[in-house]
Amino acid sequence: MIFALPLEPATLADIAQALSVGVMLCGFWMLLQRRLVNVVRTYAAQAFLLALAAAWQAYVQDERQLLTTAVIILVAKALIVPAVLNRIIVKLDLRRSVATSVGFGRGLVGAMGLVGFSMLLVFPVTTTSGALTRETLAMALSVVFLGFWMIITRNRAISQVIALMALENGVLLAVVGVKGMPLVVEMITAVLVLLTFMVFGIFFFHIRTRFDSLDVRNLERVHIIPWLRSS
Amino acid sequence: MVGVPALVALTLLLAGLGGVGLVAIALGRFPGVARCAVYGLSAALCAAMAGIAGVFLLDPASDTQTLELPFGIPTVGAHLRLDPLSAFFLMLIGGIGALCSIYGESYGRHDSEPLRILPFYPVFLAGMGLVTLADDVFVFLLAWELMSLASWLMVLGGKRDGITLQAAYLYLLMAMGGTLALVGAFALMSSESESYVFSTFRAQTFPSLTASAVIVLTVIGAGAKAGFVPLHVWLPRAHPVAPSHVSALMSGVMTKIALYGLIRVGFDLVGLPEGWWGGLLLVVGGVTAVAGLLYAMVQTDLKETLAYSTIKNVGIIAIGLGLALAFRAYGLHVLAGVALIAALFHILNHALFKSLLFLGAGAVVQATGTRNIEQMGGLGRRMPATAAFFFIGSVAISALPPFNGFVSEWLTFQALLGGVALPVWTLRLATPVVAALVALSAALAAMAFVRLYGVVFLGRPRDPAAARARDVGIGMLGPMAILAGACLVLGIVPLGGLVVLRPVMIELLPRSGAALAASDVLTLVPLAASGSAYSGVLLVGVLLVLGLGALGVVRVLAGRACVRRGPAWDCGFPSDDPSAQYSAASFAQPVRRVLGGLVFGIRDVVTMPPPGSMRAAVHKVTLDDRLWKGLYARLGWGVHRLAVEADRARQMTIRHYLMIMFGLTLALLFLVAVTA
Repeated sequence: MIFALPLEPATLADIAQALSVGVMLCGFWMLLQRRLVNVVRTYAAQAFLLALAAAWQAYVQDERQLLTTAVIILVAKALIVPAVLNRIIVKLDLRRSVATSVGFGRGLVGAMGLVGFSMLLVFPVTTTSGALTRETLAMALSVVFLGFWMIITRNRAISQVIALMALENGVLLAVVGVKGMPLVVEMITAVLVLLTFMVFGIFFFHIRTRFDSLDVRNLERVHIIPWLRSS
Repeated sequence: MVGVPALVALTLLLAGLGGVGLVAIALGRFPGVARCAVYGLSAALCAAMAGIAGVFLLDPASDTQTLELPFGIPTVGAHLRLDPLSAFFLMLIGGIGALCSIYGESYGRHDSEPLRILPFYPVFLAGMGLVTLADDVFVFLLAWELMSLASWLMVLGGKRDGITLQAAYLYLLMAMGGTLALVGAFALMSSESESYVFSTFRAQTFPSLTASAVIVLTVIGAGAKAGFVPLHVWLPRAHPVAPSHVSALMSGVMTKIALYGLIRVGFDLVGLPEGWWGGLLLVVGGVTAVAGLLYAMVQTDLKETLAYSTIKNVGIIAIGLGLALAFRAYGLHVLAGVALIAALFHILNHALFKSLLFLGAGAVVQATGTRNIEQMGGLGRRMPATAAFFFIGSVAISALPPFNGFVSEWLTFQALLGGVALPVWTLRLATPVVAALVALSAALAAMAFVRLYGVVFLGRPRDPAAARARDVGIGMLGPMAILAGACLVLGIVPLGGLVVLRPVMIELLPRSGAALAASDVLTLVPLAASGSAYSGVLLVGVLLVLGLGALGVVRVLAGRACVRRGPAWDCGFPSDDPSAQYSAASFAQPVRRVLGGLVFGIRDVVTMPPPGSMRAAVHKVTLDDRLWKGLYARLGWGVHRLAVEADRARQMTIRHYLMIMFGLTLALLFLVAVTA
């Protein structure tokens, strides 16, 4: 321990669990947002909670490198990425509602089903692991599922990119929550680089949003600028 | 045998045949030389093959030989084996192959594109030979496919037209499907015995379910190649479009190699049979025998009629094999021996007379330039030698004594009559029904060949081309003469066939030694106890005495006036136009009327003009093949639907793909959760 807090071990675990549940709830909250700007805000909140969770794990597991992870997450995912996304939204004039392919009610029911499924899945598979690991894993899997669900139920490419990054938050939650995972910092840096490319790739996602297809022949028929504006 | 074992010599001969295919390509610039070289070398190699196999078969001291070659699948190698069964089939391939090669040299002389046939012909022969020698799964399937693909290429090489392409495509599909079924059968045996080598299969006792599945798959796989109804559809389309000597080999020998596969698996590899296997083959054989000839009756294509009659004969052989399996399953070993001999004898006989008929048909087609029998007629005067040989073939295939076809069908009947000894009432009831079907098919065969011979060779030419026809040369007549002679000799002295077949029977059914043991040069005695016997010599003697006696009586009684000339009966139509002759369609009319509607969905519609009208009455015959419509057309439609659906899946949006991925991930995770 770097410095001792006057807390019981059970409390330490509870706080870790509360943080991971918070990350998962942010995933839900994201699904409920009707405006893109709010989706980005919720994403930032999720990333902030994830950074907190990483820092808390650094304290609990006494792993200093997890602290580095927390800092990277905080700077890159909670500050820079939301700022960039906001800029794109403003620049491309996307501050309208998210377009969904499944209604909010049904989308939420599906999301709840997925969270339940991930619990049912993780608990029987990880009977040998500790309680903390199991619950963190269940939460992390839920976040991954919710991210995937959001990719499927959203029409706009930008929502899908955000959903992809939320999904990645779930993976990170699993990585920081499991004790003794090697190369955590390196992995997270690599994932960040990947995500940067993803954000740049938004341009290409626009093609898909616009035409709902990967067929590049569509590009030959339209002028670039008008359709960028209109989505 | 001298120094080299027979198997090594045979393997080298087969490799040589494969090499002859390369010779054809190397000599491609000189088609004439290539033709002589390919057919000459093929004939020599085939004759040598038949000779070695024959010596092996007849020599009582010869023993089963095996050979392991260091190529093929790694760690498995290639296993070859020579036993009486394979020697018998090699003899067949070699003998017929040599004759067809000699014939092909003359027949192919007018071929404008000989290289579409030449390279594949020896490979085809080599493939068939290798099938009989194969002793592991890999070699067997390789040789099987070699045989299929080489014959497919020759079917494709026949002519450049739509019908050929269609026939070849259908053939390829059916051949691939059949091979797939065989792969399934071998895979079942391999996974059970954890080996690819036939000797392991032989030593293994398979569970009942596996063995039954193997047999069903083999019947499908071999049946698709041999022409079992309803898997026969490709055969009458593909066999006729190949050059005639290739048709002869495909119809006369390749269908037999398919049956070899069935015999090898059913009698040798899977172990003791179950009763219903024989029943399955009996039913399939009975249906095949009758349906084949019903189709043959209504065809107007000379070679197509012969191909349909091949289907009938394959059915007869299947009945013999089915009986042998059934008898063996219930321990009636001697009867099983009789049935097996009947089947093998019919294999031998059919190879002889069907090759003869196809070679004769080739001569006719070359002389008249058409395959449509409605344009022939009167060829007996223009081509007397071909007509004589075709006549012998027709009599033999119609199972009339004293030719060989009678012997094997009579033996099949003897075995069928023995069916009363079977302890299962279903089979006991089935055998008389099947016997009735065989009898019906024999009668139909006689009718079909009376029609074929009558329309082609008798009467007057219906077409100027037929009137100008000239008989073919010695290079084509010679092989036909040998085959016709063999048909007669085997009919009069069936022992000649029996000495070759008995070693095979003893190998496959070791306890059936008493079957046909009492036969000698003069008589054929299937079962010593039953008292029935056939003596070709006696029959010929009686026929000769009666015939000559009748002639003598007529001569004595009528004196010089025994030859009288009068007007021929003209069916009440005093017209001298050749088109007023009784035609092939007229011959087929009774059968078409009675069974046509049921089997082929044939409808005769006569539209009479109203009284006073000058319009001609119209007689229209429509034919829709029920089997094709009911089975193959639906199958094709199903495949098409699947393709359309698959194409739709190819054009989904990205979100649908993601949904599928996500759903699949969830399903797999669910599996993990359930199994954990």
